[in-house]
Amino acid sequence: MRTVTVVGASLSGLYAARELRSQGFDGRLVIVGDEPHRPYDRPPLSKDFLTGRASEDHLALTDDEETTGLDAEWLLGKRARGLDARGRTVLLDDGRTVSTDGVVIATGASARRLPGSSLTGVHTLRTLDDARALRDELGGGPRQVVVIGGGFIGAETASSCAALGHTVTVVEAAPLPLVPHLGAEMAAVCAALHRRGEVDLVTGTGVAGLRGTAAVTGVALSDGRVLPADTVIVGIGATPNTAWLAGSTLALHDGVLCDDGCVTALPQVVAVGDVARVGGTRAEHWTSATEQPRVAVANLLAGRTLQTVGSLPYFWSDQYGARIQFAGRRQDGDTVRIAEGELADGAPAEGGFLALYERDGRTTAVLSVDRPRPFMRARRELVRGGSRPQPAAL
Amino acid sequence: MIPVCRFEDLPEGESVRVGTTPPIAVFRTEDGELYAIDDTCTHQDASLSEGWLEGCLVECPLHAASFDLRTGQPTCLPARRPVRTHRVSVDDGTIHVHVAAEEGTAA
Repeated sequence: MRTVTVVGASLSGLYAARELRSQGFDGRLVIVGDEPHRPYDRPPLSKDFLTGRASEDHLALTDDEETTGLDAEWLLGKRARGLDARGRTVLLDDGRTVSTDGVVIATGASARRLPGSSLTGVHTLRTLDDARALRDELGGGPRQVVVIGGGFIGAETASSCAALGHTVTVVEAAPLPLVPHLGAEMAAVCAALHRRGEVDLVTGTGVAGLRGTAAVTGVALSDGRVLPADTVIVGIGATPNTAWLAGSTLALHDGVLCDDGCVTALPQVVAVGDVARVGGTRAEHWTSATEQPRVAVANLLAGRTLQTVGSLPYFWSDQYGARIQFAGRRQDGDTVRIAEGELADGAPAEGGFLALYERDGRTTAVLSVDRPRPFMRARRELVRGGSRPQPAAL
Repeated sequence: MIPVCRFEDLPEGESVRVGTTPPIAVFRTEDGELYAIDDTCTHQDASLSEGWLEGCLVECPLHAASFDLRTGQPTCLPARRPVRTHRVSVDDGTIHVHVAAEEGTAA
């Protein structure tokens, strides 16, 4: 393989580039990124970056020394708009083409938007440019903020806005936010954290539309109410960036379909991170984006699937001064047991707690709030329970 | 020189966080050695005193960055910058940390 093109210059793309070099690929390495920025870490955007605790320097995932060592051609601010049927040519939006022997698809996902999103004061929070715009707006005095979507991005953003002194309401269409992630019982406990920040949580009602002519003035709810707002943050999930692959032969269905080793239908094309549906699952987790590239690159260089990704799902969220950590694969019907710490009035007590999800006497997942050490122990025990990366059957 | 705790109050394999600015983590390894490093992971805000201690390495509880307690150097991603190390002594049964000069700080 003489040329490998990594399409996507964020977390998983950078990790793939690192893996290519560390696994001995010494050919031409091209990295295409649609944002003008060098790779940066997104998790702080909704937290310390928004509140001003972290600067842009803190977000950088790489430095000059490493960049030099990677010896890659960086095509930043260029969007890939096509991959030919054989996966040998990447088309860029400026008309250029990159001929390549291997491709790593790492184009991530984009924030979902609502109709009317072009009004001033309406934001999404996915990119550095998004976060800069929102931070600037929040720095201009107290505002009436409505966050649409009570998931992790929504909750973290609401928490940051509240910490900055704004009046915040979170609107969640489901009866409870985070149920798919945490199950109803623990979702209710974590949703109670909004009380810590004196943030109103409105659940069970959708958004009918945004109000305003040039600037947003309110959020109309499906139950008829209108919440006044001069800043609206839309946190209703993300869709994988696969549109550019429409003309390729790759199978697309809520992500690029890959086997358990991140390999697509073309052996010289692999996919990693938020855009990849690996073995039937698409995870939008930071840890997946950092773990998949090792396996994907090994398989890409081998020309077939030698390794599979078997790591345990893990995610965390910081909100209202609490740190939530979750690992494992829970299913509906798992029983939840508080193994350490306690709840107070349906919310995490001071000092947090550790909860175990159990099924048939076995632990399936673990959740903690402000108990990092026991969480780490429990997570390690779960990993030992049999989800290490496995060599693929030959 | 900052007193930390009685030597017998820090069992092998355990760690303690000292509320200095910035905070410092003191570890007693399974081999009985004492080490002190800056407590905050250089990648993102997490307390290394809450981390996983194995030999002379501590793994960050948030993103699994790992640091060598002897040198403060990261041994794997996502951390790329070292933490400061500090000298530790035991005087009359009390563990003390000798905070390193700010010069050359990674924090």
